[in-house]
Amino acid sequence: MRSCGQSCRRDDSRPEESATPQGRAGEAPLGPRQPRAPLHPGAWWLWSLSLGTAATRTTNPLLLALLIATSAYVVVTCRPDTPWSRSYSAFVKLALAVLLIRLAFAIALGSPIPGTHVIVTLPEVPLPPWAQGIRLGGKVTAEGLLFALYDGLKLATLLICVGAANALANPARLLKSLPGALYEMGVAVVVALTFAPNLIADVHRLRAARRLRGRPDSGVRGLLQVGLPVLEGALERSVALAAAMDARGYGRTADVPAPVRRTTAALTLGGLLGVCAGTYGVLTAEGGTYGLPVLLAGLAAALAGLRLGGRRSLRTRYRPDRWGVRAWLVAGSGAAVAVLMALASVYDPEALHPGVVPLVAPTLPLRPAAAVLLGLLPAFLAPAPKEPS
Amino acid sequence: MIRFENVSVTYDGAAQPSVQGVDFEVPEGELVLLVGPSGVGKSTVLGAVSGLVPHFTGGTLRGRVTVAGRDTRTHKPRELADVVGTVGQDPLSHFVTDTVEDELAYGMESLGLAPDVMRRRVEETLDLLGLTDLRARPIATLSGGQQQRVAIGSVLTPHPRVLVLDEPTSALDPAAAEEVLAVLQRLVHDLGTTVLMAEHRLERVIQYADQVALLPSPGAAPVLGTPAEIMAVSPVYPPVVGLGRLAGWSPLPLTVRDARRRAAGLRERLAERIDRPAADALQGRGAVSISGSAAGRDQPQTARSRQQPATPELLGAPSPGRSRSHWFRRKPTPATPTSPYAAEVHALTVTRDRVQALRHADLTIAPGETIALMGRNGAGKSTLLAALVGLIAPSAGSATVGGAAPHRTAPREVVRRVGLVPQEPRDLLYADTVAGECEAADRDAGAAPGTCRGLVSELLPGITDEIHPRDLSEGQRLTLALAVVLTARPPLLLLDEPTRGLDYAAKARLVTVLRGLAAEGHAIVLATHDVELAAELAHRVVLLADGEVIADGPTADVVVASPSFAPQVTKILAPQKWLTVAQVRKALP
Repeated sequence: MRSCGQSCRRDDSRPEESATPQGRAGEAPLGPRQPRAPLHPGAWWLWSLSLGTAATRTTNPLLLALLIATSAYVVVTCRPDTPWSRSYSAFVKLALAVLLIRLAFAIALGSPIPGTHVIVTLPEVPLPPWAQGIRLGGKVTAEGLLFALYDGLKLATLLICVGAANALANPARLLKSLPGALYEMGVAVVVALTFAPNLIADVHRLRAARRLRGRPDSGVRGLLQVGLPVLEGALERSVALAAAMDARGYGRTADVPAPVRRTTAALTLGGLLGVCAGTYGVLTAEGGTYGLPVLLAGLAAALAGLRLGGRRSLRTRYRPDRWGVRAWLVAGSGAAVAVLMALASVYDPEALHPGVVPLVAPTLPLRPAAAVLLGLLPAFLAPAPKEPS
Repeated sequence: MIRFENVSVTYDGAAQPSVQGVDFEVPEGELVLLVGPSGVGKSTVLGAVSGLVPHFTGGTLRGRVTVAGRDTRTHKPRELADVVGTVGQDPLSHFVTDTVEDELAYGMESLGLAPDVMRRRVEETLDLLGLTDLRARPIATLSGGQQQRVAIGSVLTPHPRVLVLDEPTSALDPAAAEEVLAVLQRLVHDLGTTVLMAEHRLERVIQYADQVALLPSPGAAPVLGTPAEIMAVSPVYPPVVGLGRLAGWSPLPLTVRDARRRAAGLRERLAERIDRPAADALQGRGAVSISGSAAGRDQPQTARSRQQPATPELLGAPSPGRSRSHWFRRKPTPATPTSPYAAEVHALTVTRDRVQALRHADLTIAPGETIALMGRNGAGKSTLLAALVGLIAPSAGSATVGGAAPHRTAPREVVRRVGLVPQEPRDLLYADTVAGECEAADRDAGAAPGTCRGLVSELLPGITDEIHPRDLSEGQRLTLALAVVLTARPPLLLLDEPTRGLDYAAKARLVTVLRGLAAEGHAIVLATHDVELAAELAHRVVLLADGEVIADGPTADVVVASPSFAPQVTKILAPQKWLTVAQVRKALP
């Protein structure tokens, strides 16, 4: 009876008080053996974003579903057992919400797609003449709905791909690979990103606290009432974190001569503008000719700017992730999917964009589908270490 | 190493300075403890060392603070980062990265140390703080003590010459606190680090201090001296000093060991009255009027096994007044609404996120009884409280409060049976004024309007209606949350770490309030790391380890048997079973 106060102390890996109101996440017991070094987070991000890019090239629901399935399978087999890897389900829910909102808009505001198959006719709200072109209510056609569904699904797939990147690679680890000049901005972004999970934890805790006061702990009203305290708490935590970071040397800079500073600014700004214009060109159909060169020039300028800007930063890196063969293969498999899909959209646009007027059942184009399956490669290259059970 | 020259700090919008006349020096390699009641500006003084006051917090700093020769007026916190390491009260808000190893490296990365140096120092620090097994773990999954150690480690790696700590042990269980303090001691002794630390729990830290700086009251100038000198005049002091003052020892002993060597005479004087310590023990608790059977439980009985069979008295006697004894562990018959217990926990198992937070725990709580739930961080104390209040559904076994399973009862119903004051009382408070909070509490509890406000006035005199709960001090906020919970008059009251961040005065007020409630028949369960509080308040102590109940018995028996949970007075006067200075005072002629 008396012994345990002291004698159990040395047990450093004691189980968590995972049931505290703060809702600490469960722990990941690490086996004694050394797990394989994790894959470079950049590879995962490239892979996921490539899949996302592929998704933007098509509205074929079958291809999109295949893309979602591919990313989901890889996430399930490769994600490490960490708190942030659980964000995938949150992204899936978000994607679903986006899809539903898109549909709701199509129903309420009508659709530019001329359709003949009227499903239901909503009462139309008469709008003043200056709001011409906007319609509230009215006919809801199957074609319009289907178009909205395809469109929403595209967006949802993109979101799910971003979620996959989040689950597979901690965004904070990606930071370590950022050029020095971008590091501080990156930290700010990551801190802002961790704001969200903390916010969710706070909401859970405060809703639990509502129960302690005898109010129902579910329902929308409950959520609204905890809103302000949650935001307040999150803000306070951010300020505390900022203070801690400042006290730990965040933002220390070296002195750089003024001309270098100005060149850096010019290169970075010009480069970013170029990247923006170039991206716009690449993504829109019209800018096919100037898009790529402008994008590349912009990228080059921005990279040069970053390299110069890195001189200002004193930072060094602790055990940076290495970009190895597996990283090349993972990133490459994603890139292959994106490139093949882009090619397919040029050579066979019909298959990738099934028509809605007239209504036709979408078919699965075989070659793009096979290309999507290339994205499964990481599942075999970098499966997560299985816990000994 | 740290030099304050006539420093005063006035925050924006404040009428008078938070601290003034601060004029002292912390020599290199010393551990200086900053003590004083809540709200005297201890955190402000600490913040001035790292430069966060005033660079980050705003306000005006007059005078001059120099650290290792650098003036904080001209050096921003980030430019002091290589000489000052700061750890705040809440380790979680300190972490920038999310795994232990990265966190340890973060500070060095900011300072631009070479990769091989970083690697070496990370390994050294992992060893120094005993974190090797945790190196790859996400920080969010660590226990409180582990997090605190990571936070200290993360500021140690750049090898700062000064370490500033704000209440490093208040969230920790006694053993984890000792771990952290041992690390600090080692830094001071082996590395010559200068440490400036504020801490409310003096009983844990006073023995390690080379000097003590006392801030006696808000706006008063600090007094610096050796621990013994300062403790003789300080308004806040640990029980060992209280006992020393009582016995008239001079110089005052600061450690249990010193006190024990002096206590032979006192023990003899007390031994004459050893036949009656039980009665005195009860007296010493402020003469709580408990029912007859409850009074008997303070008798220092031999520790009993927790599997002791139920006495048949209860089953035969339905009269709840007589049968409110806790001597039996479980009722052999299934719980009925007429259960004489405020709550019963039977073979409760809770599994969350694949971790068994509670395993087969048994506990009965009788009305009018105060139970201290103790055990290290992560032992399952909070889980047990959450299960009792219905926040968590049991995976197996049962928890019943007033005859009903709380997680299946509507919240409005639950608050009438059981109330929980969470670790962070702020979570319970939504409104932006005390009055608004009280009205909401009355509505929630279905109580007559004014009930809550009445309780607030009673527990916390002098609080105006318009004040924002955020502007209350830690102790006041706790009391407000307590009043809110009490509005529904729950027969069972649960408190999770109620003394975290409270100074001795606030703690004494809380003790008085809780004693009064126990006397009215409320059953109270405290989950706490504060052994002194448990000694003062609890009739019974339940020790948890890894989710299992490992000891359950009268306070005197359980804590005397445990080296980490024994209060100082017990350690000094062992083998006699005294728990608090107040008991000893009563016993002495």
